Amino acid sequence: MSVSGLIPVLAALTLSPLLFGVINKVKALVAGRQGPPVLQLYYDLLKLSRKGAVYSATTSWLFRAGLVGGVAAVVAALLLVPLGGTPAVFAFRGDFILALYLLGVARFFLVAAAMDTGSAFEGMGASREVFFSALAELALFVVLAALAHGTQTGTLSAMLGGVTPELWRAETPSLALLLIALVLVLLAENARIPVDDPNTHLELTMIHEVMVLDHGGPDFALVLYTSALKLWLFAALVVGVLPIHDGPPAAAFAAGLAGMALVAALVGVVESAMARLRLARVPQLLLGAAALALVGFLLLAAG
Amino acid sequence: MSGGLLLRNGEAVAATRLPVLPVPEWREAILDAVDGRARISSLFGHREPDGRVRLTAVLARDAASTLEVLCADPGDVYPALTPECPQAHLFEREIAEQWAIRPEGHPWFKPVRFHRPLRDVEPVLPECAAAEIQPCVTRFFRMDGDEIHEVAVGPVHAGIIEPGHFRFQCHGETVFHLEISLGYQHRGVERALVGGPDARSIHYAETLAGDTTIGHATAYSQAIEALAACRVPARAHLLRALALELERLANHTGDLGALAADVGYLPTSAYCGRIRGDFLNLTALLCGSRFGRRFVRPGGVTFDLEAARLQEMAGRFEQAMKDVTVAVNLLWETNSVRARFEETGIVPEQAALEIGLVGPAARASGRERDARVDFPSGAYRFIQPPISTAPGGDVQARAYVRWLEIQRSADFIRDVFKAMVPGEFRAAPGPLKPESFVVTMVEGWRGEICHAALTDERGRLRRYKVVDPSFHNWFGLALALRGQPISDFPLCNKSFNLSYCGHDL
Repeated sequence: MSVSGLIPVLAALTLSPLLFGVINKVKALVAGRQGPPVLQLYYDLLKLSRKGAVYSATTSWLFRAGLVGGVAAVVAALLLVPLGGTPAVFAFRGDFILALYLLGVARFFLVAAAMDTGSAFEGMGASREVFFSALAELALFVVLAALAHGTQTGTLSAMLGGVTPELWRAETPSLALLLIALVLVLLAENARIPVDDPNTHLELTMIHEVMVLDHGGPDFALVLYTSALKLWLFAALVVGVLPIHDGPPAAAFAAGLAGMALVAALVGVVESAMARLRLARVPQLLLGAAALALVGFLLLAAG
Repeated sequence: MSGGLLLRNGEAVAATRLPVLPVPEWREAILDAVDGRARISSLFGHREPDGRVRLTAVLARDAASTLEVLCADPGDVYPALTPECPQAHLFEREIAEQWAIRPEGHPWFKPVRFHRPLRDVEPVLPECAAAEIQPCVTRFFRMDGDEIHEVAVGPVHAGIIEPGHFRFQCHGETVFHLEISLGYQHRGVERALVGGPDARSIHYAETLAGDTTIGHATAYSQAIEALAACRVPARAHLLRALALELERLANHTGDLGALAADVGYLPTSAYCGRIRGDFLNLTALLCGSRFGRRFVRPGGVTFDLEAARLQEMAGRFEQAMKDVTVAVNLLWETNSVRARFEETGIVPEQAALEIGLVGPAARASGRERDARVDFPSGAYRFIQPPISTAPGGDVQARAYVRWLEIQRSADFIRDVFKAMVPGEFRAAPGPLKPESFVVTMVEGWRGEICHAALTDERGRLRRYKVVDPSFHNWFGLALALRGQPISDFPLCNKSFNLSYCGHDL
């Protein structure tokens, strides 16, 4: 256990809503608008937490348990993810498998809560979410396995800390492929364009958002906060593959934070530049990500 | 020849000249005409002084630019046209609901707007016999099967739009059938117009469909002018056409932006939202109202466009056209957008023909059909924009037709700027001729607007029938969804962008 590992966790807990602020600011600027303040999600969370919650009569304890279980699982996964060269709180051989399954647990809770409402919309969203994330998981596993192989380590902290400029110089093509695959997984898992559209109000096209239509007030605040934490987690994985972890710990951590902002800006640029995929094409994108990761893996293994 | 009376758009005739055929011949004449040469623009009932309900069919012969009108007195029941002529289906349901006349053999016998009959008899639709009629509580089409699921959307929607109910029968993500049930917006406009025209009538006409204010107000004004034998000054015709095209530009631009938003394409969505406002502001420059309220009046228009304002308008118009060209062309240049638009929500040409689609939706299925050219009135008799069509019948075609129309409307407006002759812009219509009948057609931005007016022996309106293009086209949306992924419904819906209140009246 590493006490300094609490720093990335605290950063995630306090700064993750900023990612959405950056994304929305970038999108607004591209569209020629001023856009909401970067701190908007904090205001929203504050506003929502002051409201009362309304529960559908068809929901049971499962609906409320789903929220708590979801946020708890994501926070537990964050305990395993390093940032900017600072190792995570816990690091043990194969911890990346636990991290991925903790995300699976979070998804299970979200889907269970959605199904509990008995709404046709939410059932549809749950079915899409489960299908697509099963495919995204494949890509993510291959990426992490490749990184484990490339750095000859078995913990997330060592893997993501071990991607040095030397390794990039030696293995540029494979690391680039892994990075692309990881970004695609980030977009899919966090309900961003081209997989999902976080801004749409059209229930029939939604994947993630439609599952949380029945959450209101503080519950919805928790949903938004969980999403922010999840985006932070995936962004930390992406930043972990960038060669910015050299130098003194403070500088490396600052570089890590800057990398997070960069990832958010990248998401904003992607969302400004292209339309959403047709839903039936999403599996192709995710399997494509898995294929890229696999090629990256093979190149690493062959090298 | 089928025995109907041939009329021009906006040509008033004595009601006694309308041919009343025996029901079998009337049916035969309609079926015969619709099978190739004509389509049903309007089909409605009205009560004769002796209490009988008379049905009047208005058939549009696009190629001949003539309207054929033929009537029949069906009694309480008659053999339905729908089984052989699908485009009659909503009209016959409307007749059954309004006049409690049963079209025998109608395959989809359900209410349209969920209200009691207009005459004091027992309803023939079971839904309308309930003590308290609930909109959209009806016998929905259902599919059974272990893997079939039903999705109900509305009447309350996520966006700020009108209420309507959509019922999907799905297998996984695929839609087998979509049933659309409307009626929430029924206000009784046609009933309120009877006995007029009075001070309120024009306001009813302007709000038949709020985004088609100019279109409906023009159709209404032309009907009144024809019945009053009022000569409208040329300048008024030009100003009306200018306003109508500005309405088209604003709505098409807004819809292209909304289509972009529905596929998550930010740039066009953001820019078109603003540019739509620029076009609306041009209408405001013309008359003070962004939606063209209080501009078109029977006899002419309420405001002139003097040289200075015309100059300013022309300048702002060119700027807006420049902006919209850039914003919309992004759509066609972006592969991810094309991938979403193409092959989505296809209405085949044959289906468009059979269900009597109108407007951009029909032209996107390859039908050359445009009331500005087929039934020109006002300024369109002198300046005609070419008909914009696109093949394919998919969302891409419906979007592209809008873009073609934007460009051709722009050329038309430039011509109008040049042709702006000096002179009067308003005449005073006198009293209406008694016992007269007129049909007016205007190509609104959504398609053909058809108004039919019949006066009584004192020159008051005995019946005023409005057909908004949405009335023809809602069923096209249901067809477009067959076999489509349910996630593409919002996109298909937006590509039609039909009016709820125009349908519900």
